[in-house]
Amino acid sequence: MKPLLLACAALMSTPAMAQTVAITGGRLVVGDGSDPIDNGTVVITNGRVTAAGKGVAIPAGAQTIDAKGKWVTPGIVAGFSRLGLAGVDAVDASNDTAARGAAFTAALDIAPSVNPDVAAIAVNRAAGVTRAIVSPDAGNGIFGGQGALIDTGADFDAVTRARLFQFVEFGEAGAQKAGGSRSALIAGFRNALTEAREAQAGVYREDAQLKRADAQALGAVLSGQQKLLVHVESAPDILGVLALKREFPTVQFVIVGASEGWRVARQMASAGVPVIASALNDLPGSFEQIGATQSNIGRMKAAGVNVAIGMIDDNDTRQAQQSTQYAGNLVALTKVPGATGLNWNDAFAAITSKPAQIMGVGGDVGSLAAGRRGDVVIWDGDPLEVTSGVEAVWIDGVRQPLTNRQTRLRDRYATPQEQGKPKAYDR
Amino acid sequence: MRKLLLASVAFGVAFATPTAAKKDKDEDKPAAATTVKAAVNKDPYPSTYKAYPGSPTIIRNVTVYDGEGARFDNAAVLFRDGKIEKIETGKFEIPSGYVEIDGTGKWVTPGIIDVHSHLGDYPSPGVDAHSDGNEMTGAVRPEVWAEHSVWPQDPGFSRALANGGVTTLQILPGSANLFGGRSVTVKNVYARTVQGMKFPQAPYGLKMACGENPKRVYGGKGQMPGTRMGNMAVNRATWIRAADYKRKLDKGDAVTRDLQMETLAGVLSGEILVHNHCYRADEMAQVIDMSKEFGYKVSTFHHAVEAYKIADLLKDNGICSAMWSDWWGFKMESYDAINENIPLVHRAGACAIVHSDDPNGIQRLNQEAAKALADGRRMGIQVADEVAWTWLAINPAKALGIADKTGSLKQGKMADVVLWNGNPLSVYARPDKVWVDGALMYDAQDAKKRPVSDFELGQPGEGDVK
Repeated sequence: MKPLLLACAALMSTPAMAQTVAITGGRLVVGDGSDPIDNGTVVITNGRVTAAGKGVAIPAGAQTIDAKGKWVTPGIVAGFSRLGLAGVDAVDASNDTAARGAAFTAALDIAPSVNPDVAAIAVNRAAGVTRAIVSPDAGNGIFGGQGALIDTGADFDAVTRARLFQFVEFGEAGAQKAGGSRSALIAGFRNALTEAREAQAGVYREDAQLKRADAQALGAVLSGQQKLLVHVESAPDILGVLALKREFPTVQFVIVGASEGWRVARQMASAGVPVIASALNDLPGSFEQIGATQSNIGRMKAAGVNVAIGMIDDNDTRQAQQSTQYAGNLVALTKVPGATGLNWNDAFAAITSKPAQIMGVGGDVGSLAAGRRGDVVIWDGDPLEVTSGVEAVWIDGVRQPLTNRQTRLRDRYATPQEQGKPKAYDR
Repeated sequence: MRKLLLASVAFGVAFATPTAAKKDKDEDKPAAATTVKAAVNKDPYPSTYKAYPGSPTIIRNVTVYDGEGARFDNAAVLFRDGKIEKIETGKFEIPSGYVEIDGTGKWVTPGIIDVHSHLGDYPSPGVDAHSDGNEMTGAVRPEVWAEHSVWPQDPGFSRALANGGVTTLQILPGSANLFGGRSVTVKNVYARTVQGMKFPQAPYGLKMACGENPKRVYGGKGQMPGTRMGNMAVNRATWIRAADYKRKLDKGDAVTRDLQMETLAGVLSGEILVHNHCYRADEMAQVIDMSKEFGYKVSTFHHAVEAYKIADLLKDNGICSAMWSDWWGFKMESYDAINENIPLVHRAGACAIVHSDDPNGIQRLNQEAAKALADGRRMGIQVADEVAWTWLAINPAKALGIADKTGSLKQGKMADVVLWNGNPLSVYARPDKVWVDGALMYDAQDAKKRPVSDFELGQPGEGDVK
């Protein structure tokens, strides 16, 4: 696997060297919630989208790809994931999602933990996922550290934007980490921001609860330079976050999870707090998810909440590839009496432009609007339909390999019996 | 038979065949008064499930997958008195007294059967107090029965019904143990007791497990097994004891009742079906040899992520594989999972099943089948939609030993029927109505036909669409 990847990486050019590509004739989805465009064209130059739509001029010398009968879309953006952080989840040494024994919390930067060689990167790339919001999990405290925007390209240059946000665990898990209650959690959170403010002024108290590096890292949260992703599920806990937003108006809160968001959707909308929500949670898996329903996202959207799809704690190291299926299920709800889903355009936006925009990188990734990175996928059918497959992927305008160890195993065992030699010689 | 067995429970132990039981009766009072060759009651927690009343029903103008690989277009499905009557195509006289449903644009299939669920024994909410799926106090625990852990108020049953169209499921003990205990097969109909859900006359299953889990859990406690070879050694030593126990029973020797051995002797006599959690191809092959060494049969390898590597071996041995479409990489033994596993096993002529092992996955087994089907087609394995539905219907029914009762729309079988609002091999389809034994247990058009477990009553979201 590794020699193969290295070989691919050597062949792959950097974005600056990517050639001009025009993908024509396909059903073009820009990803911003607009209607698909039949017989559309997207042009990528120097790794960026330069034009997308109907009747777009094809630059001279462009490589033209005929996508007639296909769907052409921006790459999927995993709205909340831990992609690239684990080779095999249960093999601790290969799993960097949480640092439970670490001396630091908020100061941790996930970038060095992102490993472009893990199989999950290649598998998700082959399924059309080109970018991912990658978050650390909370380890030794409520703050998990600083997350990144990454790409899934077959190269060593995975991190697009390091230290994009800070992650904090609230709700049941956060309360446990804080000492056993929400009261302890909120007191700890307030104190952390107070210590961050003091750190900005160069003040470090003897009785400080945070390490100096952690307090300094939280300065970016306090100033609003860095978004704060808060994991909460229950309606009361969401209201608690909205109260903190009033208390700390400079902090840019983004709620993650939000299984009961529908119950307080109006309050969230008026507070202007965006949400990266789990799409299909419909079980009372815990006492903070009693009201979970698949109609959650649809109802929040209808109430005016700015909402994207993410996969917190849901196979989040590997299964961002299910984003399309999750979005498709929300479309399915539009035909279920009493349920609230998303129309197709909004559902697709919820796994492309919406998470990018909520994370403040909507001008860079998540759609095929001019100026965005050249992350393009050609599908053999409706990308939200479970029977559709990926035919081609570009990241930063660079055509990507779609093989991975799963496809290699498939090919090796297409006939299970040895054919005159051991399988080990068959590749 | 059941009443007779109950009547004949006494101190001695024998695994009574129907013949033996009959003999007891024939010998009648004189024998009963002295040295009773009594049988163990093999059904001491009997099913009290009774089908709810249903109306004779005809669903017209639908596409039908019958669950055994046949498809009927513009067809009508008729059922009454809890049983499938027939599938009609072409013109026919609509019989009087039937509830008539126009299913134009919709599909009818048999209810989905999940061979691997932990609803009830790992229910929602997943709090410690509910964690009843694994008796992790010893690697050999065939004496425990999943039904004694199943909480019939698990809200997950309703989701599996309403979103998943699941009408029958096998609830298994967990996989921490080599011998995890007996499974229970239930109809997906809420009841006050688990007995009220039990599928009548379904055979018991025995959960076994290969690989990482047993050796990790017990090796971690400094107990055997701590390795895969330890797994096999403990398995074999246990089967030796079971064979000895069964030999005594067969000879008519008096033995002290032993719940472990009763289950294992039931496997050796073919009454209890083995459901073996096993990921890796090489380990499945070891288990196949072990089953031959001790003279039992494996019904199904569960999870079986490497079944594609030995699909020929699985076919030759008549063993089903219960699989996911694309779940992988969460542990070392799932690292070689591929998306084409299910179609590759199917193409080899072996029995392929889509299973969940998950309270969310059980709501989308149709979509999992669709993904596997499409991935297979992309590598050139052409399986028709209606044939793929066997992975959700007749194949799991066979694996559970209930294929004579459910798992297809054949005449006389239980009317376990789903009307889907579109092609069920599409992400955009959901159950419109679900009947169990001919009784309408879910109706998307009627909020009163949405089951709500006790747990959810009086809590946020009660009775909501889920």
